[in-house]
Amino acid sequence: MSLSRETIVVIITFALLAIVPFIASLTEVPFYLDLGRRMMILAIGALSLNLIMGYGGMISFGHAVFVGIGAYVVGICAEHEIVSGFIQWPLALIVCAAFAFIFGAISLRTRGVYFIMITLALAQMMYFLGVSLDRYGGDDGLPLIEPSNFSGLIDLSEKTSLYYLVFVLLLLCLWICKRLVNSRFGMVIQGARSNEARMQAIGFPTYRYQLTAFVIAGAMAGLAGVLLANHTDFVNPDMMHWTRSGDLIIMVLLGGMGSLAGPVVGALVFILLEEALSGITEYWQLIFGPFLILVVLFARGGLLGFLEKRKTSEGEGD
Amino acid sequence: MVDPHLLFEQLFNGIQYGILLFLLAAGLTLVFGIMDLMNLAHGSLYMLGAYIAATVTLAADSFLLGIAVALPATLFVGILLEVIVLRKLYDRGHLDQVLATFGMILFFNELVRLIWGPAGIEVPLPVVLNASLTLFDIPLPVYRILVIGVGLAVAAFLYVLVVKTKVGMLIRAGASNREMVGALGIDIKKVFTLVFGLGAALAALAGVMAGPIFAATIGMGENILIQVLVVIVIGGIGSIRGAFVGALLIGVIEILGRSFLDDLFKLFLPVNAAETAAPAAASMLIYILMAGVLFFRPQGLFPARSG
Amino acid sequence: MTEALLKVENLRKSFGGVLATDNLSLAVETGQIHAVIGPNGAGKTTMIAQLAGALSSDSGRVLFDGEDISALAPPARSRRGIARTFQITSIFYEFTALENVALAVQAHDGHSFRFWREVRNEGRLTDPAQAALETVGLAGRANIVARNLSHGEHRQLEIAMALATKPKLLLLDEPMAGMGAEETQEMVSILKRLKGDHTILLIEHDMDAVFALADKITVLVYGNSIASGTPDEIRANEEVRTAYLGEEGTAN
Repeated sequence: MSLSRETIVVIITFALLAIVPFIASLTEVPFYLDLGRRMMILAIGALSLNLIMGYGGMISFGHAVFVGIGAYVVGICAEHEIVSGFIQWPLALIVCAAFAFIFGAISLRTRGVYFIMITLALAQMMYFLGVSLDRYGGDDGLPLIEPSNFSGLIDLSEKTSLYYLVFVLLLLCLWICKRLVNSRFGMVIQGARSNEARMQAIGFPTYRYQLTAFVIAGAMAGLAGVLLANHTDFVNPDMMHWTRSGDLIIMVLLGGMGSLAGPVVGALVFILLEEALSGITEYWQLIFGPFLILVVLFARGGLLGFLEKRKTSEGEGD
Repeated sequence: MVDPHLLFEQLFNGIQYGILLFLLAAGLTLVFGIMDLMNLAHGSLYMLGAYIAATVTLAADSFLLGIAVALPATLFVGILLEVIVLRKLYDRGHLDQVLATFGMILFFNELVRLIWGPAGIEVPLPVVLNASLTLFDIPLPVYRILVIGVGLAVAAFLYVLVVKTKVGMLIRAGASNREMVGALGIDIKKVFTLVFGLGAALAALAGVMAGPIFAATIGMGENILIQVLVVIVIGGIGSIRGAFVGALLIGVIEILGRSFLDDLFKLFLPVNAAETAAPAAASMLIYILMAGVLFFRPQGLFPARSG
Repeated sequence: MTEALLKVENLRKSFGGVLATDNLSLAVETGQIHAVIGPNGAGKTTMIAQLAGALSSDSGRVLFDGEDISALAPPARSRRGIARTFQITSIFYEFTALENVALAVQAHDGHSFRFWREVRNEGRLTDPAQAALETVGLAGRANIVARNLSHGEHRQLEIAMALATKPKLLLLDEPMAGMGAEETQEMVSILKRLKGDHTILLIEHDMDAVFALADKITVLVYGNSIASGTPDEIRANEEVRTAYLGEEGTAN
């Protein structure tokens, strides 16, 4: 069987990401390492969003809130001198899953525009909560005194180690998504996106499956948050701001919604674009805003959509 | 104990804030309800209105002239947006609408930063309005009274427009049955542009009036937009009545929550804990209210489609 | 006389004051094809939606297999053995024909909180799905994405999906709608094959098909049953002839 174009893109992407640390040390530009790490962390966030939005049809405009909550769990733990990653990380995932459960249970009672607005509002509520938490830095945020400690297993203050940890975790998340999407569970959430009334008629209580997908995506975004906190050594409410959720949606869309690796490519392109445009002008969003509108109007399906004819068209020609 | 004077004053401020929310929510809810369009850039029009009014007011030393320029200018921008971009999005999915209008927000925020710089603009009040009336020993700023008056007038105007006029009939018909309007041979495109322009003008009006109270700042649109979304969700999409009730509810709760929640918490919490918890709880109050409303009435308090 | 599998008692549903179904009662007996006919707007599709649970009833009861299911949601009714097809084709257009049906099989094979195993090669799902496709004559089209199937094939796929849930009762809402003569003939023979093994409540406008298939016919006008009986009784019924069948009825 020949490799699909998507697979080739994925292999090239990860091959490039794998050698970034070497390039950074050869060129003596440590910034590349930083950039690559940020790309991959956001890619995890975008992957998790794609799970519910691309495959599940649940357009959450508040997904960054889980990234923020994950980061805050690490920050708040560290503030209370709990620095063990073995405690911080599982705790962060559990807390994110719990919040996703509550937020999902509320928002999934609605559909369409209501769902978008409610996820947005709930996320913004957490943003304002973060701003009002003076004990944990409020508006200014919370510096991370030391990164998560894995008792000598891996040293996250060593930036290349952190880089490869993120790399491996991104691959792991991609693999998890692949399995999920092709499992029975994955078929149910895709079916519910495609035709919810039909799903109910053939006997699926869709709500509980959608909620489960929401929780899984929330926890995965939480992982991105945990990594982000360790990446920036810093946690602040801005991570939960609704424009960050917008960024995640853009990444998913740029890469191609509902394609497995699309979000990874999308996150990479988004960060590169941001860097390139802000290199041209301080007012880079003056270009990026209209660019986004053009993408929406003329390039649905994203980059991978350009590269590969969608799965849905495979049957044509009969 | 809560000082009744302070309570009354804050209640007044809450109503005034609610009126601002209503001006934004009215336009947005009509656009949602009738065109099924999710327009996040509504807040950008509000910001634009505020900035244009502020600039003209400062340059010409006339608040009235500021209004006179800002309203048509914003209306023009709104209609331009509708014709160039939004019109193409009506039969697209909500996601496309969200993203395109998100792109507009980025554009307008950056544009404002480019033209006016990152700092906000304080708008001085005309001397005539910079006074207070005293009611039961409580000073009420004339300007805020004026804002409430304007808001009530707009509400009355919209009510008459939607319920009593032919245009309103079209609007209501459009909300409940788009095909029917098309079948009647009415140019739905014109109705949409008209409604969108109306919404833009109302947003600008809100922006103009907000200028002297909050100052014109970048991002002012988004912060209020989120609260406006809460108003619409609570009120029911497409319902002017829902927007009005929802806006006053949210305005009052928001202001009273920030002022009195710590007093309330002190009744059953230690002072220290109350002072920590109150601001956090106050910032979450309206969202909790929204979640509560949705839990019992997923379509909001006044769902437009069932009458 | 056999026990009724489905008993509908005094069902009523109004939309903003307009009664779609009005004090509607009927009984469907096991193993029969029971056709419901009536002019457009007689409330047939509303009735199907009420029976499947997609619309809640204002009043009245639905008894299935001796159990009152009036308060149950669609998934719960599906689990008890009621399957429906939709008047306007309702399928998963992005999935292949086989995936469409396999999903229906999956719905009745325990819970779907199974996150890891690849579903595509699960014989437990694909084998019965393939069998259902065969029953409706779509075996050779299994791997075609549903979007690319013809209208007639969409209608067949709907039936295959309903069959895959191993229902005791099939609610078919105008399975021949929009079909050409040849496709209609094909559908009639499919339904004939199902007869006996399945109990079917059939809504249909094609009178030739109805009289060829039905064991019993109920005539619905303004949400109310005006007559119920064997095809011969219905044909002979004066009220039905004037109210509905008209020329078409006598032509049979």
